[in-house]
Amino acid sequence: MDVLIEYLPSVLGGLWTTIGLALTSLALAVFFGIVGASCKLSHSWALQTAGGLYTTLIRGVPDLVLMLLLFFGGQIAINELGFATGLWGYIEISPFLAGSFTIGFIFGAYMTETFRGAFLAIPKGQIEAAQALGIPSSSYLRRIIWPQIIPHALPNFTNNWLVLMKTTALVSIIGLQDLVYNANQAGRASREPFLFLMVSFIVFLLLTMLSDVGLRSLSRRYSHKSGE
Amino acid sequence: MKKTLTLVAASALTLMAGLAQAQETTIRWGTEPGYKPFTYKDADGNLTGFDVDIGEAICAELNAECVWVEQDWDGLIPALQARRFDGILASMSITEDRSRVVDFTRPYYVETSQFLGPIDKNYTDDESLNGKSVGVLRGSIQADFIAGARPELVVTEYPSNEEIYLDMIAGRIDIAFVGSIATELGFLASDDGKPFALFGEHYADPEYFGDGVGIAMRKSDAELRDKISQAILTIRENGTYAEINDRYFSFDIWGQ
Amino acid sequence: MDISLILENWQLFAMGLWNTIWLVTVSLIVGGLLALPLAMSQAFNVPIAGRISYWFSYSFRGTPLLVQLYLIYYGLGQFDFIRESFLWVFLKNAYVCALIAFSLNSAAYASEIIRGAICQVPKNLIETAHAMGMSEFQVIRRIILPIAYRRSIFAYSNEVIFMLHGSVLASTITIIDLLGAGRKLNISYYVTFEGFVTAAVLYMAIVFLISMGFRVIEKKYAIDR
Repeated sequence: MDVLIEYLPSVLGGLWTTIGLALTSLALAVFFGIVGASCKLSHSWALQTAGGLYTTLIRGVPDLVLMLLLFFGGQIAINELGFATGLWGYIEISPFLAGSFTIGFIFGAYMTETFRGAFLAIPKGQIEAAQALGIPSSSYLRRIIWPQIIPHALPNFTNNWLVLMKTTALVSIIGLQDLVYNANQAGRASREPFLFLMVSFIVFLLLTMLSDVGLRSLSRRYSHKSGE
Repeated sequence: MKKTLTLVAASALTLMAGLAQAQETTIRWGTEPGYKPFTYKDADGNLTGFDVDIGEAICAELNAECVWVEQDWDGLIPALQARRFDGILASMSITEDRSRVVDFTRPYYVETSQFLGPIDKNYTDDESLNGKSVGVLRGSIQADFIAGARPELVVTEYPSNEEIYLDMIAGRIDIAFVGSIATELGFLASDDGKPFALFGEHYADPEYFGDGVGIAMRKSDAELRDKISQAILTIRENGTYAEINDRYFSFDIWGQ
Repeated sequence: MDISLILENWQLFAMGLWNTIWLVTVSLIVGGLLALPLAMSQAFNVPIAGRISYWFSYSFRGTPLLVQLYLIYYGLGQFDFIRESFLWVFLKNAYVCALIAFSLNSAAYASEIIRGAICQVPKNLIETAHAMGMSEFQVIRRIILPIAYRRSIFAYSNEVIFMLHGSVLASTITIIDLLGAGRKLNISYYVTFEGFVTAAVLYMAIVFLISMGFRVIEKKYAIDR
């Protein structure tokens, strides 16, 4: 029990990194998802291809491989570019930034499919009707399409969030001191790996349950609204 | 759509703006904290050890601020080249292979390598080890040596020394091939290390083991490298080195 | 990028590829076999077993595979009574630990897919079958499971790909899988891109083959998705 008390602050300190990382990644994923879905839904052949390549790449390459590539390769590429163009001296990407960017980029691809699917689920007739009535596109997108996309996207969105949260554990491999990294270190230092890994197991389980409850009540609210 | 793309580019740039432009007066050291007593973490999670103190002393000598970045052993050189940090201060031996891709400062200590095994097995350092499973640090001089000179052993490679010790205790490997000082004072000094001992010859063949332990720097940073080499000599001469040395060791590990 | 370096080390990647493929295949088979009883006990509300299955599946789906793998590899090795038991003969081996973690994880996901599919089998179909005089066992074997399996194919193809993605974690416990081979190449030659890019390309090729395979199966068996 003493070891638990001794190391628990450090382990739980990692929890904040995990949560911060997950939320930052989620914001980036939504951003990439909107961009990706816009590309895939656009009428331009080039943008469609780019969107298609994006989702195919993410589906094809395991997240850790991408993370390692972006973490090491991305920084070299950015700095080489800076030197070549003379635009910037050199830039440091923190593991937090590299981690959230990679996870955001990966889940952006899943969000792309989520948003695209939700958009396609809206009857075409509505858009045509809005156009026929001469409502400007910015206005019908905001007033008619988005409110409908949200309830359609919510189940997949929830699922993406749950998977994203677990994926944050991978940043421990690139040295970011999240929950898993600190639990693993505490386990090694105290020679009680089972105890501390179990702590991180339970904390993740609680995070999942909490998200489950929160997002379920959110989806109930939305389905209620659309039923009105 | 063009608008969207500009937006993407703009946000990407803002994102990178989170990136700190490094200052002249900061030296960022990369290290792997699984190598007691050279680099390790105390219970509060603070980085500490001989390497860390040496790094701080060098920074003090050069009027710079020290920043420490943690990294798995096999990611150290790529991360150095990715400019994640300016020098690798992680008990890295100066070898010919590594010198092809990075520059080293002058050595700041010298270490030999030895086999580690359970005392009750009474292993000796000869063909009796035939077919035994040996744990080594991935990408280390010890790994190169086993691969080159002891092909009769079955190798398992680990991302950090801590993991070698853990699997040694767990019995997943029969023996390990490791740096002798760190093992003697780190692992073997702990309670878990009691049933184990180093055995056999002290290996130091420069072909595999290089010329002491130095700080790896990017090839393009020759000026900083020379300054650091000079700082190492200065702290050696003014007694700072001896003071740090005595915090961890009962003998002088300078060895040159 | 130094292509010749990659070609010179083709044997390393061949070994990694082989380890990845058999680890994933065996895990999927073991996971699939475990999934059926897990799913049925939940779908048919078997007392106790159903609750246990639910919590097993929920907790393995709700936590990172990396933590599960570490728990089995590092965590279990901590206990003397395990190290002194016959179990250690198996758990000592990193491959066995990876197989256990991957199989349990895959079983959790697959059971959720099958459970969902069983619950979606139309009630009237089951009632009709009962009315025709089929026994409970016959209904399950002849009506419910075949329909559930067919409905699961699409979701399962995703699970197979996710298992492949997850298998890269084997490289964190000393196994030289495809990613492990890439890391080994990088560290041996102090390069950054070659190993990772080669691994990425080979993973993409496997995903492509899996997708192709499932497309053929879906065309043949799947019903209204």
